[in-house]
Amino acid sequence: MTAAVEALDVRFSFGSTPALRDATVAVEAGEILAVMGPSGSGKSTLLHCLAGILVPDGGEIRVAGRRTDDLPEAERSALRRDRFGFVFQFGQLVPELTAEENVALPLLLAGVRRREALVRARGWFERLDLGGLEQRRSGELSGGQAQRVALARGMVAEPEVLFADEPTGALDSLTGEHVMDMLVGTARERGTTVVLVTHEARVAAYADREVVVRDGRVVSLTPAAGRP
Amino acid sequence: MSVPLTLLGLLEREPSHGYDLKRDYDALFGRGRPLPFGQLYSTLGRLARDGKVVVGETEAGAGPDRKRYVITDQGATEFEAWLREPVEAEPHLQTVLFAKVTLALMLGRDAEAYLDAQRAAHLQRMRELTEVKRGGGLVDALLADHGLFHLEADLRWIDLTTARLDALRTEVRS
Repeated sequence: MTAAVEALDVRFSFGSTPALRDATVAVEAGEILAVMGPSGSGKSTLLHCLAGILVPDGGEIRVAGRRTDDLPEAERSALRRDRFGFVFQFGQLVPELTAEENVALPLLLAGVRRREALVRARGWFERLDLGGLEQRRSGELSGGQAQRVALARGMVAEPEVLFADEPTGALDSLTGEHVMDMLVGTARERGTTVVLVTHEARVAAYADREVVVRDGRVVSLTPAAGRP
Repeated sequence: MSVPLTLLGLLEREPSHGYDLKRDYDALFGRGRPLPFGQLYSTLGRLARDGKVVVGETEAGAGPDRKRYVITDQGATEFEAWLREPVEAEPHLQTVLFAKVTLALMLGRDAEAYLDAQRAAHLQRMRELTEVKRGGGLVDALLADHGLFHLEADLRWIDLTTARLDALRTEVRS
């Protein structure tokens, strides 16, 4: 089976400091994979390499079997826009835009007409229990609400792969749980592959499988579905 | 904690007299609750009866402590199986986890592989409890949360211990 996204012997250094050393991991289509590890282990760097935000110094990144790390930046950018969604720790909503404009942003960047983009964006507000907050700006949202808006923005373009980097890291337990319920429920409903970076075991427990990044290497504790 | 299996682990290191076993057991695992001599010798007697240890010849200067106990292949196999197998993931396992890591380090075994296996077992149980939470009512969620938070505490200990293995190995084997 072709992996939705995979890293093969990926190496990456920040200056002279190695962050990834021959990191190999494959995420099956529709799988929710938790990437765990202590601070500074390289787990976020691995996510950034898989998502085409960083270009590895060595090794390969493949998306649905096709090598992507050697693509020109413009093509990698298009890949991120058209096939990937992102949720980061602090939401990173655009403060000048309303919540619904934030959600619509990936569609607008992909060339969808504004009216249609906003209609599709609004559909996510009820789905994620955000009804009535469409016109708020990020400063007027609670942490949990902002993170659900960020999740809606990550999912609105129906990506093949959602990359979530510590999506509950800035939230209390109950709010984080609510966000994870929404994230996992939405991904399962749509068959979206999820790469979930977290240092919290209770968050990783929402995933189908986990790997640990240790000193820049990926340690797989359980076999991938369909793989020995 | 399993006293018989811990004693087998100490005997796996080297054949020992009862007195030496008690001294090492109390120093490493007693933590303020020394192993009574009566329990020590009754446990060793059961291990010998079951073929897991053999009792050597009484040595010169004979007394009950002058018998040397030697682990058998059967005992070593049983200990090895216990050491490798992750404990069923449930709260309050710290003493068992601690004993397994300490013995693995003392005997030069792969403690990191054991901790990884235990981590996978804990996370599997946490996944099951998370599914219970997502599919059940509030009472189910509260019960599952109790288990999840305790398992998470164990996992933090596993992470910290993994990070400290080199230093621990030096201390345990010194």
